[in-house]
Amino acid sequence: MIERDEARLLEFKISRREFLGGTAGLAFAFSLGLGAVAPRPAFAQAARQTLNAYVAIAPDGRIFIQFPGPEMGQGIMTGLPLIIAEELDADWSKVVVEQSPVGAPYHHPIFKAQYTVASITTLGYWTPLRIAGAQARRVLLDAAAAKWGVPVSDLLTEPSTVVHAASGRKMSYGEIAGFATPPASAPAIDAAKDLKPVDKYRLVGKDTQRVDVPAKTDGSARYGIDARVPGMVYATMARAPVRDSGPASSNADAIKKLPGVTDVMMLEHGVAIVGDTFNAVRKARMQLKVTWRSGVPGESVNTDKDLETYLGDGRDPKRVGWEWKSKGDTAKALAGAARVVAREYMNEHIYHGQMEPMNATAFVRGGEAELWVGTQAMSRTANDVAKALGISPDKVKVNQQFLGGGFGRRATVETSVDAALVSRAVGKPVKLVLSREDDLGAGTFRPMTVQRIEAGLDAAGNIVGWRHRVVGEPVGDFVYHPGYVKAANNRDAIFMSGAEVPYYTKVANWSSEHVPTPERTRVAAWRAIGSGYTKFAVESMIDELAHERNMDPLAFRLSLTDDARARRVLEKVAEMSGWGKKHASGTALGLAFAEYGLFAPKVGSLTAAVAEVSVNPRNGVIRVHNYWVAADAGLVINPAGFSAQIEGAVVHGLSAALKEGVTVKNGVVQQSNFHEYPILRMAEVPAIKVEIIRGVPPPSMVGELGLPATAPAVANAFFALTGKRLYHMPFTPARVQAALKA
Amino acid sequence: MVKFTVNGKEAYSEQPGDTPLLWVVRDELGLTGTKFGCGVAQCGACTVHVNGTPTRSCVTPISAVQGKRITTIEGLSPAADHPLQKAWIAEQVPQCGYCQSGQIMQAAALLAKNKSPTRQQIVSHMNGHLCRCGTYNRIVSAIERASKEV
Repeated sequence: MIERDEARLLEFKISRREFLGGTAGLAFAFSLGLGAVAPRPAFAQAARQTLNAYVAIAPDGRIFIQFPGPEMGQGIMTGLPLIIAEELDADWSKVVVEQSPVGAPYHHPIFKAQYTVASITTLGYWTPLRIAGAQARRVLLDAAAAKWGVPVSDLLTEPSTVVHAASGRKMSYGEIAGFATPPASAPAIDAAKDLKPVDKYRLVGKDTQRVDVPAKTDGSARYGIDARVPGMVYATMARAPVRDSGPASSNADAIKKLPGVTDVMMLEHGVAIVGDTFNAVRKARMQLKVTWRSGVPGESVNTDKDLETYLGDGRDPKRVGWEWKSKGDTAKALAGAARVVAREYMNEHIYHGQMEPMNATAFVRGGEAELWVGTQAMSRTANDVAKALGISPDKVKVNQQFLGGGFGRRATVETSVDAALVSRAVGKPVKLVLSREDDLGAGTFRPMTVQRIEAGLDAAGNIVGWRHRVVGEPVGDFVYHPGYVKAANNRDAIFMSGAEVPYYTKVANWSSEHVPTPERTRVAAWRAIGSGYTKFAVESMIDELAHERNMDPLAFRLSLTDDARARRVLEKVAEMSGWGKKHASGTALGLAFAEYGLFAPKVGSLTAAVAEVSVNPRNGVIRVHNYWVAADAGLVINPAGFSAQIEGAVVHGLSAALKEGVTVKNGVVQQSNFHEYPILRMAEVPAIKVEIIRGVPPPSMVGELGLPATAPAVANAFFALTGKRLYHMPFTPARVQAALKA
Repeated sequence: MVKFTVNGKEAYSEQPGDTPLLWVVRDELGLTGTKFGCGVAQCGACTVHVNGTPTRSCVTPISAVQGKRITTIEGLSPAADHPLQKAWIAEQVPQCGYCQSGQIMQAAALLAKNKSPTRQQIVSHMNGHLCRCGTYNRIVSAIERASKEV
């Protein structure tokens, strides 16, 4: 059947991009620092032994740049190669970007792995990639110097060209690639003095069109779900609805008899159905009945009841949490305050809703495995698959594909492991694709939390102490491994991100703590991680305290900070939005400030945002009309891509704030598909204006930066409009109407 | 056997008549530009044209396309230079890109009937399509840009 399909396929258009991809062999190329190479596998092999695994140049002038991460829409397939091209002094029009294999030269320096989370890909690769580019340029200069018999110090470069100014001679990089033999060891580059100064940049900081965009307009972009391997069979999977459960029994015998079904496999956490076509296994899945192992903690999860319990935990002084961050002496400051204002904020679990359902294609044979998958965790895919199969990670080849959305969902790798186990069992390549219902029902969710903030005020209403307690399930153990959070000294960064006010420098005493609840749910990183809910609490509270003090929310925030960057984003967004000026009747403006980044304030990206909202009192629907953002993420690599990321994160954040929530009953998710889990649609999106404040190196977090301010900006605008506060995300019509009546 | 044309070429399928067109297009014909998103016509990622009408292929049984003309994103224009495709690049619309084939096919059907749609007409025509990356505003801009070209 596959053979017949492949034959019929030939009648159809072969995309020109596939054709280009197919000729991207490096057989004629010389690979800097790598020796003459190379079909891809040899390239990958050699790369592990060398420093510069990123650049290869062909005699025709094409410059092949290896890109080590996943492209999931965040634009690093363009941004990272731009950094190399800048130092290499490459003609960008001649650059061909290729996906790198998994290997040590491509590891992110912070994670020591190919792993893309926390918006720190660019920050982490910033220096290694500049060095890689500079090193490649130096090899070209040395080769030209030797050819001409001149000192290398007399040479300089123009885009893709070495120039000997004294004689006027020029040689293109392609020409050099035609005769040069790479040196035995890569030339040393001193990051402190051998790299290009920022004011000499001609690529970094300019708008560059993303290299992945054309293929995403004509159907030729290949995502994990598009993998086709000769002899491939199809699989889908029912995953246990409850964390840590798995199948006890099923009607597998009946399912096996269905047309097109060839195998039914019990796995530790689910049941896989294998067949000739995806449609056959998809239909069989609807008839599959599984009895799941009972007696796991997750069976007791009930959203409404748990929120009540969390509220009690937050109020109970005996529930001492795990300290996250602090400054000064908060306990003393609160004890000495003229009065303490306490507020509570709530949010349910939310679902990634990435448009491409989770999938992986695996072929396991002869003690080796090959995978085709779009993943945020290339190294972990190799490692976890190897562990599950009992082989060495270097026997696992990961073919990274485009990701149809990541957002944290593709930071874990269970689908690849399952696909590999099924492939080993059936002895064939297997494409495992989850239905949307299974993707949601066994989703990994941003945690539900209750947050309690206690602000101690002096007689004038100044903040003298600030305590922020966040109640909810630790995330690290589920995302990584049991015991992870404990080993990290109970610092659960995914959960607690943003529960801090380091840029409100005038707040002398503050502390935040994680009040952990039993681990029962599949909780995970979701775009902007903890900051997606912690900033809702922080910035709603700040807004409330501004009004308590009879101060304008902008003036109040400015009074709390002497950080120049923080003041600048606040002032900029005020200017953009016409803050304090007259605006359309029936709407109101709300302001929020948010930093993002695990290393803030040492390295932090900042935003301030203003939302303009109206509310329909008859149906309780909030409408966001306009949204303005000022953002500062240090040095900007590609401003066009930066703006797009902020716009996207704003829509994502508004969707979560206005609409999204997973409800769980006795451990089972109650929503099944997008009709029950609505996300923001085109008609509901505001006009969004982004202003980038250009800063100095390093380039810091961008991909998640636009999200944390969204919920508080809307809630604060709602207050400005109605005099009522929203404390519970999402701001559904029912909750809005209840707030209006309160 | 169901016979139909795909992007101007004759095609057939021997899959059961209730097989959604989506899986025939993707898995039998290998045209993977058309995407699986939800399976229940809620997201629009699987949109193709059936006799020129934008259609959710995930809920269209193959038996319903006997003798019909199917156009997928791969067949929208031979050189991938439909005004919408050019506009999508000019406006740098896609992020992850997964929903964009469906968005473009939906938009193409609009411009085929209405060469200069208003913003409101665009939004109401496109509102059935989800984009988790939040590229909606750029989609509108790209359609407006393309409408000046057609």
